[in-house]
Amino acid sequence: MEPKQAIRFDHVDYTIDDTKILKDINHGFNQGEITTLVGPSGAGKTTLIRLCNGLISPTKGRIYIHDQPIDEYNPVDLRKKVGMVMQGVTMLKGTVRENLAIPLKLQDKTLTDEEASRLLDMVGLPASFLDKNSNSLSGGQKQRISIARSLVNRPSVLLLDEITSSLDTVSQQEVESLIKRINEEYKTTIVWITHNLRQALNIGDYSWVMMDGEVIETGKSEFLNQPNDERVKAFVRSEFQ
Amino acid sequence: MSYLTLAFSLIFVLIPLILSKTLNLGLEKDTIIATIRSIIQLLAVGYILQFVFDSESSIYIWLMVGLMIVAATQNARKKGTSIQGITWKLVGTFIFVEVLTQSVLIGLGITPPTAQYVIPISGMVIGNSMVLGILFLNRFTAEMDDKRNETELILSLGGTPKQAVQRQLKTSIQASIIPTIESQKTIGLVQLPGMMSGQIIAGADPVQAVLFQLLILFLLLTTAVITSALLGFLSYPTLFNERMQLLEEKIKTDS
Repeated sequence: MEPKQAIRFDHVDYTIDDTKILKDINHGFNQGEITTLVGPSGAGKTTLIRLCNGLISPTKGRIYIHDQPIDEYNPVDLRKKVGMVMQGVTMLKGTVRENLAIPLKLQDKTLTDEEASRLLDMVGLPASFLDKNSNSLSGGQKQRISIARSLVNRPSVLLLDEITSSLDTVSQQEVESLIKRINEEYKTTIVWITHNLRQALNIGDYSWVMMDGEVIETGKSEFLNQPNDERVKAFVRSEFQ
Repeated sequence: MSYLTLAFSLIFVLIPLILSKTLNLGLEKDTIIATIRSIIQLLAVGYILQFVFDSESSIYIWLMVGLMIVAATQNARKKGTSIQGITWKLVGTFIFVEVLTQSVLIGLGITPPTAQYVIPISGMVIGNSMVLGILFLNRFTAEMDDKRNETELILSLGGTPKQAVQRQLKTSIQASIIPTIESQKTIGLVQLPGMMSGQIIAGADPVQAVLFQLLILFLLLTTAVITSALLGFLSYPTLFNERMQLLEEKIKTDS
């Protein structure tokens, strides 16, 4: 039986100023699994996940979130359901507590200390961090806070854009196990853009290789060890060297 | 003052011209153009005002006010070309500010509805509103460009466009109003306001001149806050579409 898809693309194109950024995307992300998106810069990976969060809309084709067309969702509800951690952490001025509280504040709700501490604990940070100024944190700490912040809405899908690219190896591995844990505990569907093929192999159940706006090859992540497509072979070779 | 005595005052134009030439500042052409324009524009306004005062018809008063609004819009819209329909948003703001201030002034009998009062006060109100509008639009477009990530972060976390631009709007409104408030704090200590000085030179009672100046100061404070807030709340929705997506092409800062 085909696995259920959390997000499905139906012949999706995205064009800006006559340049096709995405061409005929016709695949899907399996529900409850981790899919990694790999490929060279400019392949359209970030554009693809921005489409899923509804920050942009396809020029052609349709996207389905849990089998419902994306344009039938209220944008606010969609973005609560499909969370996103963007490339290059953005923290608003204020404390960690204030940053964690943003998603609830947007709904006129408050984040309890208990809930805030639980979120910090989930991303491996002590509760004493709550009153720290968000700008005084290290890159790795900010990244964890931004992941915790994206979990406040309890999304069923979490989109991650190069979230470990600026971290050292130890922090990278910590974030990887954190995401794995979120996926296992909450059955959250994860879509993770990464430049790191080792990461894609280690944590991705599935992987997509994208180039020039197209999905070149997909499958269980092990295929990255022995890809079929010549372009993917060349890409994998250059990345592993 | 006669035209002859005014001619003597051209010495104050000659000095910058000579300095510009000596120091190679290259400002001679602009100085001459500015001088000629100011002479022609002000003299024309003087004669028009004389005609309006003599005619005693309120149509001319409102025609003058309309002209001021058109000129102020023309000037301010250049700073907000990326905002859809900025011309009408500016016109609406200037009309609102003018109607509000004149309604209070005339309605409460603070000033009479005559050309002598309506035209100069309107000029100050609309002129100030224009400057505030330019300050606000400059800052707001720059903030939106600069804080694009913050805007998208709030949207991606389930915020509405209004919530996503709240910080940028607040910063821009504050930044455009602060000069007005700061200048009011030192007024009279550092410099005497132009209108008050003019009245005193023309022989008015200094206390009466001060009372009028205070009236204008309070008016300008209202004008400042209303202009920035109104323009802000009229402008931000045009930066998003109905899917609550930030329209990238709308937030490029004009340079």
